[in-house]
Amino acid sequence: MNKAADTGARFRSIAANDGAVRFDAVTRRFGEITALNEVSLSIRQGEFMTLLGPSGCGKTTLLNLAAGFLGPDSGEIRIAGERMNDVPTYRREIGMMFQNYALFPHMNVAGNVAYGLKARRVPKRDRDRRVEQALALVRLTGFEDRMPRQLSGGQQQRVALARALVINPAVLLLDEPFSALDKNLRTSMQLELREIQRKLNVTTIFVTHDQGEALSLSDRLAVMSEGRIRQLGTPEEIYRRPCDRFVASFVGDANVLRGRLDGIEGTMAVIAVGIARVAVPRAASMDVAASAPVDLFVRPEHLTMTEATESCATSGTVVAHVYQGGYVDTYVECPESSRDRLLVRSGGNQALTRWPIGSRVGISIATGEGVAFA
Amino acid sequence: MYQRLLVFVGRVAVLLILGFLVLPAAVVTIAAFNDKAILSFPPQAWSLRWFAKAIAYQDFREGFRNGLIVTAWSSSLALVVGAMFAFVLDRYRFRFRKTIEAILLSPLVIPHFTVGLGFLILAAQVGWNRTYFIVIACHVVLVLPFVLRSVYISLRNLDQGYERAAASLGASPSRVLATVTLPLLLPGLVSGWLFAAMLSFNEFTASLFVTAQRTQTLPVAMYNYVREFADPSMAALSVMYIAGTAGLIVFANAYLGLGKVLNIEQSR
Repeated sequence: MNKAADTGARFRSIAANDGAVRFDAVTRRFGEITALNEVSLSIRQGEFMTLLGPSGCGKTTLLNLAAGFLGPDSGEIRIAGERMNDVPTYRREIGMMFQNYALFPHMNVAGNVAYGLKARRVPKRDRDRRVEQALALVRLTGFEDRMPRQLSGGQQQRVALARALVINPAVLLLDEPFSALDKNLRTSMQLELREIQRKLNVTTIFVTHDQGEALSLSDRLAVMSEGRIRQLGTPEEIYRRPCDRFVASFVGDANVLRGRLDGIEGTMAVIAVGIARVAVPRAASMDVAASAPVDLFVRPEHLTMTEATESCATSGTVVAHVYQGGYVDTYVECPESSRDRLLVRSGGNQALTRWPIGSRVGISIATGEGVAFA
Repeated sequence: MYQRLLVFVGRVAVLLILGFLVLPAAVVTIAAFNDKAILSFPPQAWSLRWFAKAIAYQDFREGFRNGLIVTAWSSSLALVVGAMFAFVLDRYRFRFRKTIEAILLSPLVIPHFTVGLGFLILAAQVGWNRTYFIVIACHVVLVLPFVLRSVYISLRNLDQGYERAAASLGASPSRVLATVTLPLLLPGLVSGWLFAAMLSFNEFTASLFVTAQRTQTLPVAMYNYVREFADPSMAALSVMYIAGTAGLIVFANAYLGLGKVLNIEQSR
C-alpha cells in the first residue's frame, strides 16, 4: 500500500470515529417483512447502548447485523471505523453473549474461555495468563476444570462473559443475557456486568425487551418498533420526555388523561384537563389547533392524591391499593383517564390509611411533568 | 380383590410376552450345546464340539473376514456420505429438497432382494460381479438411510448458537466444524455407524445376490451351509453372534457411554 492511500485510510477511520459502531441507513428485509427500515445509529467508544423494543421490532436483527450473522440489504455497518458489510463474523473483533449462553458443553470452563484465544493463535503461556485474568474478573477463579452443566445459571453466565471479554473485543454484543435468570440473581448480575463493562470501557450493545433493565443499565437507549428507532436518548430523557405515544407507553407505566390544548407558551403547552390547566413541555408532534383534543401522559409517581377541591387537575374514587413494600400503587377510578383508571404511586404506606377504598380524592400533577400528544 | 387379580394377570402377561421375545435365542442357545448331530430339542447330552467345528469351518472363517471387510467399508462410506447429505438437508433450503430426501430414504421401502438383483444385473454388465466393490456399494445403499436419519436428528437437536458463538470468538468455518460441530455430533455419528455396521454385518437377502464364493459374507455362508447340513454348528455360530453383539454393546456402554451413543442422555 502506498503512503497516500495509507494516510487516506487513516483519515477516513478518524472521520468515522465519532462512532465505535455505526449503522448508516441500514435496511434488512425477510421476504415481505422489512425488519429494519433505514436505521442509523452511532455508538460511542465505551458506551453502553441498549436496543429496547417489543419482539419483532428489529432489535435482534440489528444485533445480528453487527455480529455478521446477517448481512444488510442496503446501508453500511462500521466497527472502529472499518466497513463491516462483507467481513464474516469470525474476522470481526466482537464478543457476544447469547440468551442461553451457548457454552460449549464438551469443553470445561477454561476451554470455553480459551476458545477465542486459540482461534487467534495466542501462545499457550499468554493464553493461560489471560484465561486466569478473565476468570478472576468474573470471580470464577478455581472453576477452570468444571464442565458447563455443573455450573449454576449465574456461573454459566459469568463464564459466557469471560469468554466474550477475554479476546478484548472492539464491541460487546449482549442478546437478552439476563432473561433466563431469576429476579434476584438478575439484579446482581446486571450490576456486576455494568461494573465490569465500565472498568474495561468496552463499547456494548445490549438487546432487551425489559424496559426496567434498559433504564437501569444504559448510557443511552434506542427504543425501537416496526423496524425503526422511535427515540434515542439517555434513560432519563426517554422516561421523562418520550417523543411519542409508543415510547411513552412502552417505557415505564403511564397514565393517559384526556384533555384539550389550551394554548402554547414558548416551549410549554398548556393543556386543559377537566377544569384544571396543566403546563407540560411541548412535544415535537404538537402542532394542532387550540382546543383540539390531546392526550396527556403522566407517570404514576408524578400524580399525587389530595383532598378533592376545585384546584385539582382531576378527581376520582379510590378502588384499590397494591402494597409494594417501598411504595403503594393506588388505582383511582376517573372519567378523564382513557383507561377509566389512574395509577398513582406514592412512597411509604400512608396512602393506605389516609385514602381508604371508596374515598373521593383529588389528583394533582407534579409541575412540569407529563407529556402531551395530539 | 379384583384389582389384585388384574395386577397378577398383567404381570403374567408381561412375563409371557418377554419370554416369547427371548424364546428363539434361548432355544438356539440350548441347541448349540447339544451333543447330537441333528438340530433337536431338548438335547440329551451336552458338548462344545459344534463351537469348535463352526470356528474351524473354512467357509465361516472366510465369511467372517469378508463380512468385516464389507461392514467396515460400507458403514464408514455410508457415514461420510450420509453425514454430508444430512448436513445439506438440514442447513439449506432448495428446490427438490424433499425429493432428494425421499430418494435417500427409499431403500427403507424397496425390498432388499430388489436392490440386490439390481446391483447384480448392473455388475454383470460391467463384469464386476465377483468383486468386493459391488457388495460394498450394495451395502452402502442399504444402510445409508439409517446413517442419514441418525445424523440428521443429531443435527436437528444441535443448537446453532454453539456454532455462532464459535464464529463470534474468531473461529473460521473449518475450525468451527472441527472443534464444535463434529464433537457435538459425535454421539449421532457413532450411533449411526454402529447401527449401519450391525445391519451390514447381518444383511442376507441382498448379499445373496451380489456375493460370489470368494466374497460371500457370514450370513450367506451360513445359508449355504444349512442347505447341505443340519447339525448344531449353526446354532453354535448364532450363540457367538449374540455374544459378539452383546460384547459390542457392553463395550459401547463402558467406553463410549451407551446413553450418549443412543442419544438417551441430554448432552447438556
